[in-house]
Amino acid sequence: MTDPILKIEGVSKRFTRKPGLVVRGLDRLSGRDSTQTVHAVNDVNLSVPRGEVLGIVGESGCGKSTLGRVVSGIYAPSEGTVTLEGQPVARDHRGNVDKLTTRVQMIHQDPFASLNPRMKVGEIIAEGPRIHGLIPAREVQERVRSLLEQVGLEGAYANRLPHQFSGGQRQRVAIARALAMQPELLVLDEAVASLDVSIQAQVLNLFMKLRRELDLTALFISHDLSVVRHVCDRVAIMYLGRVVETAPADELYAKPLHPYTEALFASVPTLGTGRAHFHPIKGEIPSPINPPKGCAFHPRCPLAGPRCKTEVPRLVNPKDNRSVACHLHDGGTGAETGAAA
Amino acid sequence: MSAALEVRGLTTQFSTRKGAVTAVNDVSFSVQPGRILGLVGESGSGKSVTGFSIMGLIHAPGRITAGEVLVQGTDMRSLSAEGRRQMRGRNISMVFQDPMMTLNPVLRVGDQMAMAVRVHDKVSKAAAWERAREALEIVGIPAPAERLQAYPHQLSGGMRQRVAIATALLHRPAVILADEPTTALDVSIQGQILAEVRRLADETGTAIVWVTHDLAVVSSLADDIAVMYAGRIVESGTAEEVIAHPRHPYTRGLIDSVPGLHEPGRDLPQIPGSTPQLANLPSGCPFRPRCPRATDICATLPPNTGTEAHSVLCHHPIEAT
Repeated sequence: MTDPILKIEGVSKRFTRKPGLVVRGLDRLSGRDSTQTVHAVNDVNLSVPRGEVLGIVGESGCGKSTLGRVVSGIYAPSEGTVTLEGQPVARDHRGNVDKLTTRVQMIHQDPFASLNPRMKVGEIIAEGPRIHGLIPAREVQERVRSLLEQVGLEGAYANRLPHQFSGGQRQRVAIARALAMQPELLVLDEAVASLDVSIQAQVLNLFMKLRRELDLTALFISHDLSVVRHVCDRVAIMYLGRVVETAPADELYAKPLHPYTEALFASVPTLGTGRAHFHPIKGEIPSPINPPKGCAFHPRCPLAGPRCKTEVPRLVNPKDNRSVACHLHDGGTGAETGAAA
Repeated sequence: MSAALEVRGLTTQFSTRKGAVTAVNDVSFSVQPGRILGLVGESGSGKSVTGFSIMGLIHAPGRITAGEVLVQGTDMRSLSAEGRRQMRGRNISMVFQDPMMTLNPVLRVGDQMAMAVRVHDKVSKAAAWERAREALEIVGIPAPAERLQAYPHQLSGGMRQRVAIATALLHRPAVILADEPTTALDVSIQGQILAEVRRLADETGTAIVWVTHDLAVVSSLADDIAVMYAGRIVESGTAEEVIAHPRHPYTRGLIDSVPGLHEPGRDLPQIPGSTPQLANLPSGCPFRPRCPRATDICATLPPNTGTEAHSVLCHHPIEAT
């Protein structure tokens, strides 16, 4: 097998909030520490071979967007490394974006916010390659034109402003802008979530076409399980900052191993299942500031045992191409019934 | 059995610089007690404006120009502003997409819910709080008495939406309109709320209109479906029938473009073009420019070519099976 193009090794990202002056003073007197820390991403290991589209799925607060931003070099990881073709994706000590990070391009959720309303579409697309000297100035127009055509827009649109486009067309412009940098890796963060169903289908088709033509490698971050199934080769499920399961898409949807994945699938309404068959997951998503001890899912898990409350489950490999972080698949939960898988 | 809500020929226009734009165009439907109607459409289809029009929440430059809105037999449009105010909350209430816009951030949940109780019923504060507590219990909020003491920012998004639904329930209205109430929520929380809403309709006989863009939600929640396009209901019938055997080419295209029913990696069938601008609709059938079945006759407005139970506004509907 080829070496993975993207390697995420032991990556954690924490955000801390320092308390105000008064509380800090009180802390010093009493010897406490009121600093609040959010463990947005916690010890994530993933690798993506060239040409693969890896889906990152989870609910709000699971850290999927933070992970995407760490991979794009927007955030520096608190721990661990992200490497693209063996070289780290990171900022240097001055906080400058390394030239390498231009090799990762991100496509954001909201095309109304991600395009500068005062720049012509042609300028938006050409800005990156121009600054980084990727194409000679006299070829810029031709390149913009061919990129626009590649994403299904007319070359003449280069002189228009973003407000002259619909949401779906703007997302095409955002895709063209990302492709202009000839990236090794695309990070799509909920890229179709804000589009209407009929427009979403058009953009997904465009993504799949480009993928075939350009042999793209991508992280596809989404909360939408049916979209992910349609476009991804492999899927990683996240819960409260950790990857709890990874598997090839077809195997995952055929048989999820982690109780959270299973519960997630059960609570998604699908077309044509008939009415009133919901098996919603009980309880709320816990706060990442104060996550439950042991397995973060144990307060909502129907199969949790005593071991789940104390010990964080390791990511184990029940099969070569799958991994799951659950005691059920790693020696049992310690419940008396001993329901090992 | 008489309908809890009956809408006949509802038309709402907005005056713009380019002339009058018809956001809701001759919309008619009815909802029986205990049933859930899914009002489905994409952005700009007029589904939300339909909801606002029913509640009488249309303000200038908008105007309801025609139609009747019968709530338990009373025409909302024939009432005075005060008369409508008496109906709202008591007979018909609404749940909005963003619960943070509904809830007052500086009042405790209990205070604002009690206020909503005392608008219509002259009861003591303590009794109003007790009714608020019961309503929170109905929508499945654990430890409801404690939640009443909380401020909205102390609750999660899902919890806030439950509070908004509980508030809508306070006077046991015959009809609840819900405008994309679970769109902003996570799937696991959405699942919980859909289950509660279904139970509510079944157990209390409340009629519910669920406005959404999400066909999957509607197909698992609703009894009936009405599909809107460019201000009109283009197809309606029972949820099972419309999802399994759509007859309007637009409904068909919409269902086909949902990923999940198709072999992964294959191109999704897509509806060409984009949703039309209401200001310059084509003559006749508004879906005509995007429709694979369109012919010359489609330049005239199509009649209902389906049945009364499964209506289709189309000159060339897909054959019934």
